[in-house]
Parts: sequence; structure tokens; C-alpha cells
Amino acid sequence: MNNTLLEVDGVSVTFDGFRAINNLSIQIAEPELRAIIGPNGAGKTTFMDIITGKTRPDEGKVIWGERNISLLKMSESQIAQQGIGRKFQKPTVFEAQTVRENLAMALKNKRGPFDVLFFRSNPSIEGEIVELAEEIGLQDALDTPSGILSHGQKQWLEIGMLLAQDPRLLLVDEPAAGMTQAEREQTTEILVRAAQTRAVVVVEHDMEFVRRLNCKVTVLHEGSVLAEGSLDHVTANQTVIDVYLGR
Amino acid sequence: MRKTFISQNPSVLWFLAALGLFTLIVTILSEGFGLGIVSTSFIKTLGKTLCLCLIAIAMDVVWGYCGILSLGHFAFFGLGGYAIGMWLMYARTETIVVESLAGNIIPPTEQEVIDAIGTQIFGVVGSSEFPLIWAFADSLVLQLLMVVLVPGLLALVFGWLAFRSRVTGVYLSILTQAMTLALALYLFQNDSGLRGNNGLSGLQNIPGFEATPQATISIVFFWASAFALCAGYLFFAWIVSGKLGSVLRAIRDNEARVRFLGYHVESYKLFVFTITAVVSGIAGALYYPQAGIINPAEIAPIASIYLAVWVAIGGRGRLYGAVIGAAFVSLLSSWFTGGGAPDIPLGFYTIQWTDWWLVLLGVSFVAVTLFFPQGIGGLFDKLVRKQP
Repeated sequence: MNNTLLEVDGVSVTFDGFRAINNLSIQIAEPELRAIIGPNGAGKTTFMDIITGKTRPDEGKVIWGERNISLLKMSESQIAQQGIGRKFQKPTVFEAQTVRENLAMALKNKRGPFDVLFFRSNPSIEGEIVELAEEIGLQDALDTPSGILSHGQKQWLEIGMLLAQDPRLLLVDEPAAGMTQAEREQTTEILVRAAQTRAVVVVEHDMEFVRRLNCKVTVLHEGSVLAEGSLDHVTANQTVIDVYLGR
Repeated sequence: MRKTFISQNPSVLWFLAALGLFTLIVTILSEGFGLGIVSTSFIKTLGKTLCLCLIAIAMDVVWGYCGILSLGHFAFFGLGGYAIGMWLMYARTETIVVESLAGNIIPPTEQEVIDAIGTQIFGVVGSSEFPLIWAFADSLVLQLLMVVLVPGLLALVFGWLAFRSRVTGVYLSILTQAMTLALALYLFQNDSGLRGNNGLSGLQNIPGFEATPQATISIVFFWASAFALCAGYLFFAWIVSGKLGSVLRAIRDNEARVRFLGYHVESYKLFVFTITAVVSGIAGALYYPQAGIINPAEIAPIASIYLAVWVAIGGRGRLYGAVIGAAFVSLLSSWFTGGGAPDIPLGFYTIQWTDWWLVLLGVSFVAVTLFFPQGIGGLFDKLVRKQP
């Protein structure tokens, strides 16, 4: 594949003797929508931690972009500036601040303290914020403190903040957790639309949700790839059934 | 669509109006200019209180907005005081020495004058040599620069080391406390070059204004303090009301998340830590000429802890809260410890406020933390918001 955006190659991580990730190799193209499934402890979240710089692997390579840069030497903020956005399992928005402030902070602008100190909003930026809010269905809640939003709205706000960063790669950890049926459908739509122009990696437990995403699926087990392919393909795999679906 | 900074922050205007009115009333009532109802020593107390309000808003920005509980900001305050104190002491001693040597038949050489100043200043610690750190003491401009540079550089270096190692929370508080304790202990030594535990004194005498009565000097310093508080308030209100304030509050609430948004959290912390240290230094440089004396006890860790208590009682995360807290608690403190409060005889025991004030302060701190986590400023907010 020559449109590979992210290449994880032979990565291993050990926590106190426990091998969370074991010789893991995954390639993500751009654009692409990819779902990662696997039982608890399969290393899904650790995989995201490695890409975003939160965890340093013991061995292996993480290569990014056309110029094949290694992400392993970079800090979290540098990796984020490269164009990798992450949504956490628990919605983490800044609850003391309004939806507008949350989105404004995430918008792709210069990130240095002095750039931010002298930053002044303008109509085009305000327009971008309103557009994003419409995308995530929060256009009427722009000046609401995000702490009083519903659980599903917080999840969307966080997705909106991700989109505001305009990342090339979006890592989304369990976006549908705790959502109602209607909310799930809208979330699916947002993710599918986002994946038309960029790479989106969704970690999910919920098989129904993954089916709706209708994309290539990677099954993780004990820190490495067990199977890869369409959902029907991997769910037909006997080992996958044994370790995951059969339970 | 775009609003000006002031119209977005009506509380800034209210605060400045209140400060202006207060300054005017105090000036009219003062001995120096008007009716003489307020004594000169009380003018000094009020002027000092305004300086404490200034360091309190700096503390509020670093703690209430950015979430860094610094227990060392009084070190920067003290350093600012020492920096200006060196010039005040040097210039005044120089005047005295030159006057006393003027009677000599042979005019004194420059070196003789400097030696005599050295003996005057350092005789108390058994020395007469000027240490290297006094190199610029004869220049007001350079010492004013030191007021800003010394606290700023210390904060920059200390903050850089601490933040890049990702020291946070209570560990950072301990580290800042260790810094201020180390500095105080160092200054207590006689060979520290700043007169050990004697500190610098006679700072209320402003060189060149020997003939001006203290009544006038005190009111001028009161104005200067009010102006500095006004400028500091505007500056910090501007910082925290914009996008930077948004990022700072985000760092306070969840700094890991801010990192994943692409912000280099450490630079922000360093920026805030340094800028508030500089403002603390300026506050100290205005405070100590009104206090008249500075010694190492002033920068003992307890001072910085009081500062945190003022801001907590006043209400974190709102600048006027910090001002209310600092003014209220420090004035109350001088009332209680200065013998203003009447003792309470219980028959079997008499409550003397000089001893019991600290207990009262401690109890109110606990009470505020438990029952009004938003502090006095929070109560204020509720009152204002009730009106449509």
C-alpha cells in the first residue's frame, strides 16, 4: 500500500512482566475507516496510548506520514500537532467551560502560549465553530457549560473537538458506550462521514455498532493481531470465535 | 459581533471603580493631603494591603486558574523587596556618610566613601566589604530592573526544571515550599550578603526626599500601590479572559487531555509561573518601603501558605475573590494581632486574640473549604446572579 498513513511494526510493551502488546503490526491507510475489536485486556487502549505518545514501547517502530517520521521520540503535544487526534473512553471535555470554548481550544490554530495569549477570534473562526457544532448537533448549546450536557452530547462534543483539530488520523475509543439507539446511529454517521477524508480508527466492544460501521475489522488478542478483514470474515474465523465471540 | 474586553468583563470595571473610589476617599481622609482622619500608619497598612492584594491575584492566576498550588510566591515577593531595599539602603547611607565626612579638611576619596558606606551597612554582621550582589545597588534603574529580573529568572529556572520533569500536584507544592525555605535559610546567614537576620531596614526613608514628611510619602506609596493593583488586575483579567485563560483552566481540570489537543502544557505552566513571579516581585518592591524593614522571616514558607489561605477564603478562580480574601484576612489579622480586638474574659480563662487569632483563621479556612468551596467571591457571585 502506498497510501499508508500509519505503520505500527513489531511493537511490544511490558508492564511489570505482563506483555500488554506483543509484536503488534498494523497499517492504517488514508482515508480509511477501521474498527479494532477484542476482549478485555487485548491491548486496544495500550495500542492507542503508544500511538499518541502516552506509553513508550519496549521495541518496535511507529512510522507516520509520507516522510516516514518515527513517532516514538515525540511528546504527546507534538504527536497531536502532527495530526493525530484521540477520543477517550470516558468523555473528557472541559466541563467548567462552554461548548464554544471547548471547540475553540481544539480548533487548528497555533498552539504556543504567546500565540494563544494574543489570539483574537474573528468571524471566520466563529463560523467554523458554528459549523462544527451543527455537525455534532450542538448548535443550540454553544454557550452551555459542557458539564451539564448529557452523556451522549459530551461524547459528541469530544468527537467535535477531534474534528476541530482537523487530524489526519482519528483514534476513537468506544464512542458508542452509554448511548441510546438514536445517538448511536448519529455517531455512526459522524464517523463514517469523517472517514471519507481521513483515517479513523474505532475501538469498540459492541458488535452491532461495528457492523453498522461496515468497514475492515482488526481483532486483537493478547496484544497481537488475531485476524483482519471484513466483519463477516473475522467472525467466521474459528480462533476468533473461541477467544472472543464464544464466551 | 466582537465585543471589547471590558464589555465582556463587567466585573473588571466594577473593580476598578471601587478601587478608584477607595483611593479617593482614603486620600481625602489622610493626614498628608486632607482631613487627617486616617493616621499615617494606617495609610501604610492600607498601602501594604493593596500590595498583598496584588500578589494574591497573581496567586489566583497560578493556582485558581492554572491549578499550580505554589507555596513559594512569597519568595518572589521578598526578592522584589530585597532588590529595591538594597538601593534604598545604599543611597540613604551614602547621603549620611557624605554629610558626615563633609566636615573633613581633606575631602574623602571615592573609595573612602564606599568603605564608609560598607562599614555602616555591614557592620552589624561584622563585615565592611560589599558583596558582589550589591554591584548595582547605587543605581535605582538597575535595581528596579532587578525587581523584575531576579524573581523572573528564579521562577523561570525553577519552573523549567520542575515542569519538564512533570512534577505536579502536592509534590510541586512541596518543591516550591522547599525553594522558599532554602532561600529564607540562606538569607538568614550573616555572610549571605544581605545582612542575615537583620535584613534591610530604614526603607521608609526615601533618598532625595529627606525633607518630605512620612505623611506625604505614605500617601504617594498608597497611590503607587493602588495603581499597581489596578494595572495588575487589568493585565491578569486580560490574560484569563481570552483563549489563554481557557487553556489554563483546561490544564487545571485535565492536563493530559490538553496535551492530546496539541498544547505543550509545560510551556503554559512556565509562562504563568514566571509572569506571576514577576508581578509578585513588583508587589514586594512596593510593599517593603511601606513596611520599612525586610528580613528573611518574611519569606518563610508560612507566608506563602497564608497567601494560599487568603485566595481560598476569597474564592479561587475569580480575581476579585483573591482581592477580597487578601484584604479581608490581612486587615482582620492586623486588627486581631495588633491588640485591636478586645479580649474575651471567660472567668476561668481569658481569650487573648493575639494568641487565638491563628486558631480562628485555621477554623475559618477549614469551614470555607468544607462549606463554601467557592469562597467569599462565590457568595458574591450568587448575589449578583440572582438579579435578572
